[in-house]
Amino acid sequence: MYPQELRYTKEHEWVRVDGDTATVGITDHAQDQLGDIVFVELPKAGARVQSMQSFGTVESVKAVSDIYAPMSGKVTEINESLMDEPEKLNSDPHGAGWLIKVQVEDQTELASLMPSDKYLAYIEAERESS
Amino acid sequence: MNVSAPLATLRKTALNDVHRQSGARMVDFSGWDMPVEYSGIIDEHLAVRRSVGLFDVSHLGEVEVRSPHALELVEHVTSNHAARLQDGQAHYSALLYPSGTFVDDILVYRLAVDHYLLCVNASNQEKDYDWIVSENSFDAEVECTSDRYAQLAIQGPRAVETLGKLTGTDLTAIRGYWFVHGEVLGAPAIISRTGYTGEDGFEIYVPPEEGDRLWKAILEAGREFGILPCGLGARNTLRLESAMSLYGHEIDDSITPYEARLGWIVKLDKGDFIGRDALVKQHAEGVERRLVGLEMRGRGIARDGYTVHRGEAQGWVTSGSPAPFLQQNIAICMLPVAAHKIGDTVEVEVRQRRVKAEVVKLPFYSRKQK
Repeated sequence: MYPQELRYTKEHEWVRVDGDTATVGITDHAQDQLGDIVFVELPKAGARVQSMQSFGTVESVKAVSDIYAPMSGKVTEINESLMDEPEKLNSDPHGAGWLIKVQVEDQTELASLMPSDKYLAYIEAERESS
Repeated sequence: MNVSAPLATLRKTALNDVHRQSGARMVDFSGWDMPVEYSGIIDEHLAVRRSVGLFDVSHLGEVEVRSPHALELVEHVTSNHAARLQDGQAHYSALLYPSGTFVDDILVYRLAVDHYLLCVNASNQEKDYDWIVSENSFDAEVECTSDRYAQLAIQGPRAVETLGKLTGTDLTAIRGYWFVHGEVLGAPAIISRTGYTGEDGFEIYVPPEEGDRLWKAILEAGREFGILPCGLGARNTLRLESAMSLYGHEIDDSITPYEARLGWIVKLDKGDFIGRDALVKQHAEGVERRLVGLEMRGRGIARDGYTVHRGEAQGWVTSGSPAPFLQQNIAICMLPVAAHKIGDTVEVEVRQRRVKAEVVKLPFYSRKQK
């Protein structure tokens, strides 16, 4: 469910690092909590995102949620297909539902992200506390 | 993303275990641990529009008024004309403050000439009970009976066929906003042809200990029609498409029935009632603001509380959401009367961006037009 090659944040984003490019999305847990996703708002390619700051929003039928950047950098590409098919975030959150690609400025920012086993334990703990 | 918050100690309906065991996502709904969705709001919404859905609405409160003076008290505290009800008939009504604004919106059921059942919002039940008791100068008996009922709503064009399998009562003989004392699988039930979805359907009041059994039996009976258990998420999108008010959104203690387009539940000629003087005045002078419907024309979803602009005039969104059946982003908003007419373009402020919307007729959806 949570691919080992990805890294995860406490705010339920995932990151796939390939050289100095990072692909960012929201996790399966996040989409499950949100329910049917109907709207995605993303920055334009060329914009700069800042670590731990909101770079866009995802809306389900009932709620609006901010998405936080796991690291700083310039946006090189956004997933345009989500404008017409936001439901991809529900059906394939770790794949076709990716949100943006970022040119990573500082690799050390990635060190604090969780591997899949730690993230799984994190959401289990979050579930039990609720 | 911030996706969930820990729950405090919450009240539970008799069906809480069933919801949790069947994997519903639970939320804190004004102090109640309630299912917000089962399979997904969109699927649940469409099941009700096209076939049938089942809701647990046991969190709603019940207040019963009895005694030879019951009618006098009900007429005093509500705006609709309760004296016109017959045994077995119900109507939508309002509890109002002297200012003409809402204590709550309610359904009034006449069980007998000296016995009325008021179905009230979950979040308001203590407030409503206290209000009615404080206004009871008629020596009527007022009792909060919420614990005696589980309430299930069976809603959709297949509701008659679904519930019909489980009762000897002739459901087709119950007209809209009428009810009967019957039974469902041997359990005593008030079977009421009412709902909050804009579809045909029933709300049944049954003993709480029968809730589990009936819930499961109704799902089984509706299986051939593709029945879905539904949460409060779909309940909200269904009522919004049908432009039905929700306390705390379209109506509250600062809004009058005329402003909320609910003048039809205000019977000024029925005799005195709380709020009448203020409403007589407002009726004569006209309202300064009123609820209107919006359909978003630009890319964006209006959400509750967002600001609406029309030239210099401003208002706010009382409820906004994607509408799963209509496949539009819709909103109800409160706007100055002079600022709008059908077909006008207004702007909704969505995260520092202004998104165009068109003023449209309410309701957005009516099953007669389907």
